[in-house]
Amino acid sequence: MKEMEYLQIERNQPWRESLRKNMKNKERLQLARTKMPERDPDVRSRNYQEVNLGLTHEQALAESHRCLDCVNPTCISGCPVGINIPKFIKNIERGEILEAAKTLKETSVLPAVCGRVCPQERQCESQCFYTQKLKKEPLAIGYLERFAADYERESGEVSLPEVAPSNGLKVAVVGSGPAGLAFAADMVKAGYRVTVFEALHELGGVLRYGIPEFRLPNDIVEVEIESLRKMGVEFVTNCIVGKTISQEDLREEKFKGLFIGSGAGLPNFMNIPGENLIGVMSCNEYLTRVNLMQAIDPESDTPVYKGKKVAVIGGGNTAMDAVRTARRLGAETAMIVYRRSEQEMPARLEEIKHAKEEGVVFLTLHNPLRYEGDERGRVQRMLLQRMELGQPDGSGRCRPVPVEGDTAWIEVDEVIVSVGVSPNPLIPQSFSGLEVTPRGTVVVNAETMQTGEESIFAGGDIVRGGATVILAMGDGRKAAKTMDDFLKIKA
Amino acid sequence: MNKIVSKVVFSDRVVSFEIEAPLIAKSRKAGHFVIVRVGKKGERVPYTIASSDLKKGTITLVIQRVGKSSQKICDLEVGDSITDMVGPLGQATHLEKFGTVLCAGGGVGVAPMLPIIEAMKKAGNRVVSVLAARTKELIILEEQVRTFSDEVIVMTDDGSYGQKGLITTGIEQVIQREPVDQCVTIGPAIMMKFAAQMTKKYNVPTIASLNTIMVDGTGMCGACRVTVGGKTRFVCVDGPEFDAHQVDFDEMMMRLKAYN
Repeated sequence: MKEMEYLQIERNQPWRESLRKNMKNKERLQLARTKMPERDPDVRSRNYQEVNLGLTHEQALAESHRCLDCVNPTCISGCPVGINIPKFIKNIERGEILEAAKTLKETSVLPAVCGRVCPQERQCESQCFYTQKLKKEPLAIGYLERFAADYERESGEVSLPEVAPSNGLKVAVVGSGPAGLAFAADMVKAGYRVTVFEALHELGGVLRYGIPEFRLPNDIVEVEIESLRKMGVEFVTNCIVGKTISQEDLREEKFKGLFIGSGAGLPNFMNIPGENLIGVMSCNEYLTRVNLMQAIDPESDTPVYKGKKVAVIGGGNTAMDAVRTARRLGAETAMIVYRRSEQEMPARLEEIKHAKEEGVVFLTLHNPLRYEGDERGRVQRMLLQRMELGQPDGSGRCRPVPVEGDTAWIEVDEVIVSVGVSPNPLIPQSFSGLEVTPRGTVVVNAETMQTGEESIFAGGDIVRGGATVILAMGDGRKAAKTMDDFLKIKA
Repeated sequence: MNKIVSKVVFSDRVVSFEIEAPLIAKSRKAGHFVIVRVGKKGERVPYTIASSDLKKGTITLVIQRVGKSSQKICDLEVGDSITDMVGPLGQATHLEKFGTVLCAGGGVGVAPMLPIIEAMKKAGNRVVSVLAARTKELIILEEQVRTFSDEVIVMTDDGSYGQKGLITTGIEQVIQREPVDQCVTIGPAIMMKFAAQMTKKYNVPTIASLNTIMVDGTGMCGACRVTVGGKTRFVCVDGPEFDAHQVDFDEMMMRLKAYN
């Protein structure tokens, strides 16, 4: 069945028709977008509790009434995993929240995660009728997604998607991040025996080591992984495919297909003087110490720097995560140093807003030139170059150009470098038959996610070189579909 | 979980463990390391593998009590388990028939040197090993080193065993009396720094195996970065072995004190 046909059949269900009749579009359009309840900035910048509290039942219900249940739901085209958005929202409107959660799970393996960390304003919500045609605030699809997923989890009645009878075929997954989990879910549903190999001692990849607790609590990741386990996915931690076990080992164990979702684990540095001083570190190191190793727990053996004057270099979501973490670790000054203006920042608007509310200082149009330390090698100050915006570059954003002679020293005792990541070289290095670009990404057919080696597929940041959770999940799903087709033909 | 099957106490500060890890035992090569974590609140710490036993499916790690984490491991007994262990990590030692290879190991550095000595010998080299420590009881694995070495020179700071003097004295002795084609050195950073200075004086190519602070050990965090030949490298994925004459040991020693 074609996707459009399926959507129409669902839309023509009597309950959907009656909901549409219950309230006129004119009335729906009068409703204002609901606001996400948030923890008070002064309180939250001193703890790790989640910032967004989630919609109340009443709020969710009210928001769901804004959805016009369009004939042509353009919002779905903005979703990398193609969630049937009107169906789940109309389920909320009729009070069937568990059904709404089930709808989400038809296509998404991590709805509670995506409801929190997806950049909906650039995806589904940007394609919403309200945004596109009415130039009004879009339906709060992300808030509602989170609401339905949280409701289901808290109800204790977590539904598991149907799993097809086993076809006896084994497939392996490298990495338990969003790409690997999405792939594993679709394959186990299709009847495969799926084993996920994770290098670290905990599961979840970037959801675990990267995104902080105040934005994505670990418990939520664990519940979603537990669902996969119940569906039959096997997880092996502390195991690096290509190192601990080889490609040949997998072949001997009769794995018929392999999906690589090993992520973009290699942090970029700027290669400027003083970058190896103590107290200068990558955002990965900083966040891993805090999130994965729980360095903030007094019982934890892993230490972390708790600077008083912390500069985070970069303007992405990871930079926001790091700078907001620094505030929570007691930084008196926590600043973002970014070479372009706020308009060009790649971070989500919500993250920038939250950071500002929490007292983060934004030093835009500045770029570090060098760091200097004390006699023990600890960073003490940094030299900043003032920048201005020039002509747009290849990315379409205005190129930052130095303002000649305009530099300033700023005192810092910790610097977190968050200027992007590169693909982890560990996996591509250890596999034969993979084509790797000069940037270190694995080359795949963009339609099929298949690599040059026919039984190996790849997706997420190892292919994209640093993108989002949901794009990685989309890749995982796409790879699952084509690997399923491929293995069926072979079998 | 990886079970400890034997424990040998070399001295009150140095302990050798044989640990069940069949997959690592099978895939590891000379020069590789593992990341070890003890307890749910434990830290991830790198240790270079000293040896492995394919039949028993074990690897051996020799650990010196220096901080909280090594303390925790050293206190484990036979039958206890390592909470998490992952590997083998890093690049394996580059092996070839160089001619004469001088292996200079200081203190507990002799343990990770052992598989390199063995591999160098098996690659057809004449192997001269220099073992050095502060005092006699800190000289470890001498017998095993002798098995694969054509000659062994022991140096102690206090002269309680072998010759009195530093490792550099032993290195210089060998270089002055016969042509040395390659040197490998493993030990405390300060020792490797001076060993490298000595071999540089005689233009003997030298490899040092570095042991820096790491978190994940897979290239993800960059805590282990060192400057080699003016460029920043990651010990975990680019190393742990580098051209000793190019390593900025002063920076490395400074960075080792980051959390002291």
